[in-house]
Amino acid sequence: MMKSPGLKIYTIAYLVFLYAPIALLPIFAFNDSRVIAFPLAGFTTNWFVEMWNDQQLWIAFKNSMTIAVSSALFATLFGIFAARASTRYNFPGKPGIIGLIMLPLVLPEMIVSMALLVILIGIGVPLSIFTIILGHVLICTPYAVAILSSAFSSLDRSLEEAAYDLGETRASTFRLIILPLVMPGIISSLLISFTISLDEFIIAYFLGGNQTVLSVYIFGQFRFPQKVPAIMALGFVLVCISILLLTIAEYFRRRGIAKTGGKDTGGFL
Amino acid sequence: MTTTQRPTMIEFRDVHKYYGDYHALRGINATIRAGEFFSLLGPSGCGKTTLLRTIAGFEDISSGAVLIDSKHMQGVPANKRPTNMVFQSYAIFPHLTVEENVGFGLRRDPRSAAEKAMAVGEALEMVGLKGYGKRAAHALSGGQRQRVALARALILKPKVLLLDEPLSALDKKMREQMQVELIKLQRQVGITFILVTHDQEEALVMSDRIAVMFEGQIAQLADPETLYRRPNSRKVADFIGTMNFLPAQVLSENGTVEVEAAGLGRFALSADQVMGGSTGEGATVGFRPETATILFEGQTATDRESMATIEEVVYYGDMTYYDVRFDGVAAPMRLSMRNVFGRPVLDIGTRARVGWSPGALVLFR
Amino acid sequence: MDNGSSRGRFRDSEAAQGYLLISPTAVYAILMLAAPLLAVFVYSLMIDSRAGASAGFTFGNYVEVWSGRIYQAIMLRSLWVSMLVTLITVLLAYPVAYFVSFHVKPERKALWLFLITIPFWTSYLIRVFLWKVILGYNGVINSGLMSLGIIDEPLTVINYSIGSMVATLAHAYAPFAILPIFVSLEKIDRSLLEAGQDLGESKLLTFWRVTLPLSMAGVIAAVLIVFIPTIGDYVTPELIGGGKIPMIANMIEVKMLKQNDKAVGAAIAVSAMLIVTAVSLVFLLLNKRFLKGQK
Repeated sequence: MMKSPGLKIYTIAYLVFLYAPIALLPIFAFNDSRVIAFPLAGFTTNWFVEMWNDQQLWIAFKNSMTIAVSSALFATLFGIFAARASTRYNFPGKPGIIGLIMLPLVLPEMIVSMALLVILIGIGVPLSIFTIILGHVLICTPYAVAILSSAFSSLDRSLEEAAYDLGETRASTFRLIILPLVMPGIISSLLISFTISLDEFIIAYFLGGNQTVLSVYIFGQFRFPQKVPAIMALGFVLVCISILLLTIAEYFRRRGIAKTGGKDTGGFL
Repeated sequence: MTTTQRPTMIEFRDVHKYYGDYHALRGINATIRAGEFFSLLGPSGCGKTTLLRTIAGFEDISSGAVLIDSKHMQGVPANKRPTNMVFQSYAIFPHLTVEENVGFGLRRDPRSAAEKAMAVGEALEMVGLKGYGKRAAHALSGGQRQRVALARALILKPKVLLLDEPLSALDKKMREQMQVELIKLQRQVGITFILVTHDQEEALVMSDRIAVMFEGQIAQLADPETLYRRPNSRKVADFIGTMNFLPAQVLSENGTVEVEAAGLGRFALSADQVMGGSTGEGATVGFRPETATILFEGQTATDRESMATIEEVVYYGDMTYYDVRFDGVAAPMRLSMRNVFGRPVLDIGTRARVGWSPGALVLFR
Repeated sequence: MDNGSSRGRFRDSEAAQGYLLISPTAVYAILMLAAPLLAVFVYSLMIDSRAGASAGFTFGNYVEVWSGRIYQAIMLRSLWVSMLVTLITVLLAYPVAYFVSFHVKPERKALWLFLITIPFWTSYLIRVFLWKVILGYNGVINSGLMSLGIIDEPLTVINYSIGSMVATLAHAYAPFAILPIFVSLEKIDRSLLEAGQDLGESKLLTFWRVTLPLSMAGVIAAVLIVFIPTIGDYVTPELIGGGKIPMIANMIEVKMLKQNDKAVGAAIAVSAMLIVTAVSLVFLLLNKRFLKGQK
């Protein structure tokens, strides 16, 4: 492997730049000052306590959890159907249908939100947690499809035929052979969709009616300067959760590859 | 030696298959006997794998009939047929152990767990993998995976075992070893084996009978010796082993056939040496490299003799290959001669007498 | 003789099975995406969105949007900002992708990519807020520089400006740009580069004449992946711009929600999509040209 110290320094500097803002979170979440500025004033855990005691926050948190879990489940379910259909079958119009399903990836969220809003209001559906779930499932499904398509396409087609040849039915083949082998992909899809939903703001803001979720709650708190350190504390916790979920997802991805003896091509997408 | 007395196991009656407009199988008619080692041989795209899969039930036929043990297979799905298949990629379930793989087909078997475990043990022993039961399937070598695939298929005691190019993924040494083992296994188990391969050496070594296929049709179905000595067309002759061709002309026919060939002169052939299946440039006569010899000083020809010039010499250790040009023929013919201790290898440019016999020739017209 | 009936086959009519399997997801996408987008388009043609279809249809909303000075200014600003962001992000991202592809051992590549993409998976809202905190009047940069004695007065240029918006957006979308470039660099046959070196080319020349052109597909993908969401971004202009530097998304919100003028709002949305599609097509055509040149 060639060494290029210049490029390495550049890349590390780049990574520092990438992580810099997030690194502020632990610094100022424990900083004993209501103002986010240098010089640092002492260590405190007050902000975490303040965050913990905030009832509004807990309501928003509960809503976020409900939405994230539901969105992850449905997006993954939809993803399984679409990925299996896409990798295993050919049918006329396939590229167009897949294109439509993946479209949310390239549409600005604002447009997706407004479009949904227009229809929902037009039909007369009240905005609530349910409508947020509808929107989140829409934007998480493309990620689920991408992850699961990769998982399904790495399945050797002969495996299904072999199971069939040995006397199983199509349903039992799916249960005994296909499902276990794509399980790492399913777990990844659930975790990624969960994370996306948890962090998502625009759809939650515009389609939530007067229900708050975490991201909307945080947005609302920006107005109040004295709330900022508590937001730092909350942000720190959220980032830690996201990183944890991601590491778990990556672990399962690698374990899946090891279990089936495949090759690691280096990432989800 | 012959299997002609054995009952029929598989029958193809005018089988056609279309993929859309593509005519993949064009009227296959053949019978495969119980207990024989049968090969489907041909180049890529000839339809041999498609034909195999119609036996297994993974492909449907567009018209005609496939019968296994005298029963029509129309409408019978793959998981209900008395066949089992060893796939080209072996298709070993990577998330299961070896014994879980081998015992997979026994899931719906009513026997007790203990009996099943014993059956799995016997199957593993039969393929030489005794003690490998608890190994993870994805950690096996190619040769080991193949044995697991064999055990997994044979444990169900199918009437027919189908093998789709099972040896193509192995290296040469492993391949030769497995060829012998497969023959032994087939004799031991006694069921019909149907092998698909593009390697003609493999087919010749292992099979009781071979169906040579080109472009969706069976060109010739015979035992290896007949295929080798009496190929029924130039295409088959070309595909199996090497053959030399000389332009020839039929002079007369009554009982025997009088032929004149460039470089060889005139001779008579019996009717079974005359085939159709020329490739359009007129009649040719063919002979295998080992059926003609260079006569050294003092040697007399056992039958006929012609003059030639040595063009190229390829020394191979146990054999020497001589490219010779017969007088009056432009293209060189390849002769192969076993090296005999003490006998010199000849030089390029030497004039030589070549001994040959009309009985070893085949005429294509 | 029998013809193949469709009962009991291993492969039933493949198309029917495929349709059946994909139908839940496809139907959802049609109901939740295709239909709403269609509705937006229909709204954009309405004369009075409050009265609905009964008031009639017109292209007048588009005329208003494309000729109105305020709308033009905002659209141009959005285009300008997103192009600037795209340029900076892709330029800065390329060396990183190059480093991971060519100078990192294969078994470590996944780890580097993982580290690079982690920030992407954390809350965008929080990251934008952090930039606000960093760039603010009493923010981290200013207070830090002041406490170090480098400046006496806080810098004002770094907050509430286009520059700060660009910096925030470039940071947010950085990992988006690295991945496609990395993928296309990985696909380059290393022996091509070695052959060039073997024939005496300098490293720089090899890069310019071989590596760069072959990675263009990835660069163009990166451009699109950054440009499209950036031009439609809402949070950064709202928070970093202080509400005084709106972009297209903010304008849509104002029109659709605050002023309840769904028709014009929809026209803006459709126009934005048209601009995005047009730019994307230009880049996709460029992509084709590059691919053709590689044959």
